[in-house]
Amino acid sequence: MSDTATARAAEQPSLSIRNLSKAFGGVQAVNDVSFDLAKGELLALIGPNGAGKSTCFNMLNGQIRADSGSVRLAGEELIGRSPADIWRRGVGRTFQITATFPSMTVAENVAMVLMSQRRELFSLFRTAVHRHRDKALALLDLVGMAAQADRPCGVLSYGDLKRVELAVALGNEPRVLLMDEPTAGMAPRERIELMGLAARLVSDLGLSVLFTEHDMDIVFGHAGRIIVLSRGALIAEGTAQEIRSNPLVLKTYLGEGQIYGRAEG
Amino acid sequence: MGVYLVQFLSGLASASALFLAASGLSIIFGVTRVVNFAHGSFYMLGAFFGYTFVREVGGGAIGFWVALLLAALAVGLVGLLVEFVILRRLYKAPELFQLIATFGVILIVQDAALWVWGPEDLLGPRAPGLTGIVRIFGTPMPVYDLVLIGVGPLVLAALWLLFNRTRWGILVRAATEDREMVGALGVNQSLLFTGAFVLGSMLAGLGGAIQLPKGGADLLMDFGILAEMFVVVVVGGMGSIFGAFLAAVLISLLNTFGILIWPSGTLVLMFILMAVILVVRPTGLLGRPESGGHKTEVGVEQALRPAGPHYKIFIGLLLALLLAAPLIVEEFYLVLITDVLVLALFATSLHFLMSTGGLVSFGHAAFYGGGAYAAALLVTYAATPFELALLLAPLGAGLLALVIGWFCVRLSGVYFAMLTLAFAQVAWSVVFQWSDLTNGDDGLLGIWPSAWASGTQVYYLLALAISAGGIFLIRRVVFAPFGYGLRATRDSNLRAAAIGIDIKRQQLAAFVFAGAMAGLAGGLFVFSKGSVFPDEMSIPRSFDALLMVLLGGVDSLSGPFVGAAAFTYLHDELITFEYWRLLLGLTIVALVLLFPQGLAGAAKHHLGRYLKLEAGSAGRAKQADEGRPA
Amino acid sequence: MGLRKLVTFAALAAAVTFSGTAGAADTIRIGDINSYKRLPAFTIPYRQGAELAIEQINAAGGVMGKPLELISRDDQGKPGEAVRYAEELFAKEDVVMITGSLFSHVGLALSAYADQKKRLYLAAEPLADALVWAKGNRYTFRLRPSTYMQVAMLAEAAAKSDAKRWATIAPNYAYGKDAVAAFKKILKARKPDVEFVGEQWPALFKIDAAAESQALEAAKPDGIFNVTFGSDLTKFVREGTLRELFNDRTVLGLLTGEPEYLDPLGAEAPKGWIVTGYPWSEIDTPAHKQFVDDYQAKFNDYPRVGSLVGYNTLLSIAAALEKANSTDTEALVDAFKGLSLDTPVGPITYRAIDHQSTMGAFVGLTDVRDGKGVMVDWSYRDGAAYLPSDEEVRKLRPADGS
Repeated sequence: MSDTATARAAEQPSLSIRNLSKAFGGVQAVNDVSFDLAKGELLALIGPNGAGKSTCFNMLNGQIRADSGSVRLAGEELIGRSPADIWRRGVGRTFQITATFPSMTVAENVAMVLMSQRRELFSLFRTAVHRHRDKALALLDLVGMAAQADRPCGVLSYGDLKRVELAVALGNEPRVLLMDEPTAGMAPRERIELMGLAARLVSDLGLSVLFTEHDMDIVFGHAGRIIVLSRGALIAEGTAQEIRSNPLVLKTYLGEGQIYGRAEG
Repeated sequence: MGVYLVQFLSGLASASALFLAASGLSIIFGVTRVVNFAHGSFYMLGAFFGYTFVREVGGGAIGFWVALLLAALAVGLVGLLVEFVILRRLYKAPELFQLIATFGVILIVQDAALWVWGPEDLLGPRAPGLTGIVRIFGTPMPVYDLVLIGVGPLVLAALWLLFNRTRWGILVRAATEDREMVGALGVNQSLLFTGAFVLGSMLAGLGGAIQLPKGGADLLMDFGILAEMFVVVVVGGMGSIFGAFLAAVLISLLNTFGILIWPSGTLVLMFILMAVILVVRPTGLLGRPESGGHKTEVGVEQALRPAGPHYKIFIGLLLALLLAAPLIVEEFYLVLITDVLVLALFATSLHFLMSTGGLVSFGHAAFYGGGAYAAALLVTYAATPFELALLLAPLGAGLLALVIGWFCVRLSGVYFAMLTLAFAQVAWSVVFQWSDLTNGDDGLLGIWPSAWASGTQVYYLLALAISAGGIFLIRRVVFAPFGYGLRATRDSNLRAAAIGIDIKRQQLAAFVFAGAMAGLAGGLFVFSKGSVFPDEMSIPRSFDALLMVLLGGVDSLSGPFVGAAAFTYLHDELITFEYWRLLLGLTIVALVLLFPQGLAGAAKHHLGRYLKLEAGSAGRAKQADEGRPA
Repeated sequence: MGLRKLVTFAALAAAVTFSGTAGAADTIRIGDINSYKRLPAFTIPYRQGAELAIEQINAAGGVMGKPLELISRDDQGKPGEAVRYAEELFAKEDVVMITGSLFSHVGLALSAYADQKKRLYLAAEPLADALVWAKGNRYTFRLRPSTYMQVAMLAEAAAKSDAKRWATIAPNYAYGKDAVAAFKKILKARKPDVEFVGEQWPALFKIDAAAESQALEAAKPDGIFNVTFGSDLTKFVREGTLRELFNDRTVLGLLTGEPEYLDPLGAEAPKGWIVTGYPWSEIDTPAHKQFVDDYQAKFNDYPRVGSLVGYNTLLSIAAALEKANSTDTEALVDAFKGLSLDTPVGPITYRAIDHQSTMGAFVGLTDVRDGKGVMVDWSYRDGAAYLPSDEEVRKLRPADGS
């Protein structure tokens, strides 16, 4: 796996992050972080609580504006663009705490993205009730949720919601997918299934995926490459094996005593 | 020189009473998140109690001040009663319910004050020993004004000590900043809330009492001060006492100097200041954005489903009945049903904004009145034919909504609501005072339909067609991609932005659409009554709409129609009683406490499950909690 | 929820079925619409005056052999409501005409309704000039002396005074603007060398009296024309007095002498203002003394202007019914034109040319006696003398179909 990763990193990266920084008040949440997300790569961003992972994510999709630095999507600068704009350019994301539309069914949640992508949201007279249903069902099928398409999102289990989010994120055929703690709150079997799914998407659709994760089994088991944040700064980068044996990483985590333990967000 | 200095000091003096009242409102909001519309009533009660106590105990200089404090205490007791009996049960309820409940309190207090103190204005007693003047560079200045100038900062200092040096005060401050945390600390929350509410009421009471030597007590004081208090709180930043002080001073000075330069700009000037400040600082001078992105809750989490077959049949029957009404009922009832139809369209447009958009507007009457005025102005000045004027009414209202909405959608939650209220007041004062154009209070008259539509029956059928058409259109829009997109912004801001929805634009468009539909209702209204007056834009009109939505239930699409019918019926029944406002107020409070789902919602809850009149889906509660930002 | 609707409709339908016009045909019903809750201090005396008149008329055998009956509705100060009650009163209560209202805008709404539906409306209290002029119509008459008439009475006094530089203060809405415009026009015509040096327009019931007083003072006028009333007046009088605004100046107060406005001021009532009003306790014509005695006997209260207007309103209606000898609207309209009758304050006539009655007002100086504001040196001014010429009226009343 590490060979393919290296090979892919040689092409032009999907996402290229340079010198990204963000401070809240006096606290430097993210400090001069640079890395690349290669095409077709499954890259894990790890680090202890408060390391700046979520801040990093929120800057990538425009939810938080970076103090300085650059994020380029296939050469195009993203910093300063709105979340909606960045999404349109092909960066999808899922949230640590699921964010779906609870008053809509599963299929409608996905159809919502399709309507947004096709810029139909100011259409007043067409009905939206079964709009883009086939496409939505196809996407749901991809994540294994087609059977539950007509249930309201409100009654789903947490794991299922995460899958719906994934389908939603795939709705506009993104080039890059950001997944914030995709398996948090899931049962162990669900975790493995979901990450397997993510890995398939990477290989089948040529998607580039950046994800954060607390569960090290998941990280080491699925990520092609891993980068490690600590106190806002990037301290290590490499394959699972390299990270496992990196003394700095060990120290960071051992200090907290949880590199192999289960650390929930 | 003396003139300007005295003018400046006078401004500071009038800032004091305003600050007292507004700071109470700010504290109550900060701690309990209740927007207390009855705060003007507390202010009024302070004046009335003060009047009575000064007569009883206020002979000497000390007695006078003791009497004012007693008045504040008495209002505090009233506040305690209101909090204990009503609001305590509503803290977890959507804001709309709190709002409507406090509006009920306004009505109750109005009649209670009329009963106790009688209809005549009461002349406020003078403060013993402080009735004279001093001369400042030769210009006379009342001594009492100088005392007032001191009272504001004194109370501010006392509040500062209370909030920084006492345990209770520190907890209140903590609760203002983070409610959950205080709950987690194991503090008795209800005690904290009650305390804050009583404190806020007392401040309002003191504000009302302290202005007695400059004026008096009358029954119109409650609404008189309401808008101004809200402007102070919004401009200062909700929950910020220093902000309230700053804003009170700023607004009072603006008033005192404004009238030297632009004498007829009274009222409007204050709102312009507010608009400017909110554009620069959306959360007011010293306000902070809500942590965790506070969302307005209107109690809508129901998944919407298109009409089921039973429901369609029912609607069909209803329409058939309405169509046949001219053959069945006397002409006067057609007039009555026309009113209901107009109000139903008005309420439905607000309901759309609230339920589908999650946007609670406290000033929706601006667009209802806006549409009515658009049509009336076109008829009056451009001799526009009836048919065209009716068509252009929603356009005019929509344009107004575009302007107002541009400011409002920049904010969310309570800020949004307060801003809509303030802008509705702007619209009202422009119409009320710009008499060259609008004839002001005398209104625009003789706005009748063309001959073919002027008969009661024909106009009824026309109103039926337009109102039903409008309601169907709104329903259609709810289920169109636009409605879905709007619902998405309501359900989850985070997700909506992440899938490329421009939230503010979606909300603005919804605001304009709802405004236009309200304007259509306003157009129907003006041609049915033949005249329009500024009242159609006033705060009580906006409340009527909220009340209709509440009566009908927020989470059902056809609720507004039921609400409008119930509203009209209730109103007509109660009006025959001597103390109808008391009864209406009590009815409103009872409805809020007993039927939080509204009439239609309650009926649906009890019967709908069996009859499946409107296929809805249940089991929403769990996700609703999870989906809400922590 | 659908069921709810059904129930509502069933109820409505039932109401329709069982509601006939309940009243027997042996009374003549008059619809009365007023803002009983919104401004009770003004409207309750009005209703009491009307009730007194009805009692006396009926005791004397009624009109055309039938007793009069007053059916009252509270319009809550809302024109839209007033119009709806008008429809209800005609449709369900079978009234022959409507009367009442205090607010000008409610009166104007009812007048527009009356014109459209060809129903008779006698506006009792509203002051707006438009009611009989700009928006005058065949079906609307008015009893009380209008803004223009009362302003004209004061402008006459202003013209006689030495004051040349005038400042005005009026609430910023239609009534205030009408009054100031009329004052300027009439005074200028009578005394061309006057100057208007300042105008203040406080928002209605939101006066910032300290600042307004200062601003007026800064204009250094010789005379002040005041239109504020109610709580605005209280504040204005207090601040103005303290700040020596009224010292050595001629001050005119429109309506300030009416008990409704003067009494709440108590001992702080201004002294020496020239005002229009109603010195009820001092008018000693037999007819008026009788009215006051009857009123006090019945209500244990003294009459206000509203009481007098209410009383005269019902007298006018009774007189019109007698004259027409019919309850038909067109016959009543014709009867009202030129109708003359005697009232406690003297004879009045409803002018055929503009439907305005010639009921006048009292003009005098304010003073304080026994801790109460009173009018002294007053005299009754017949309204007929303060109306514009017929030629002018015809211009003012463009849409006259009658």
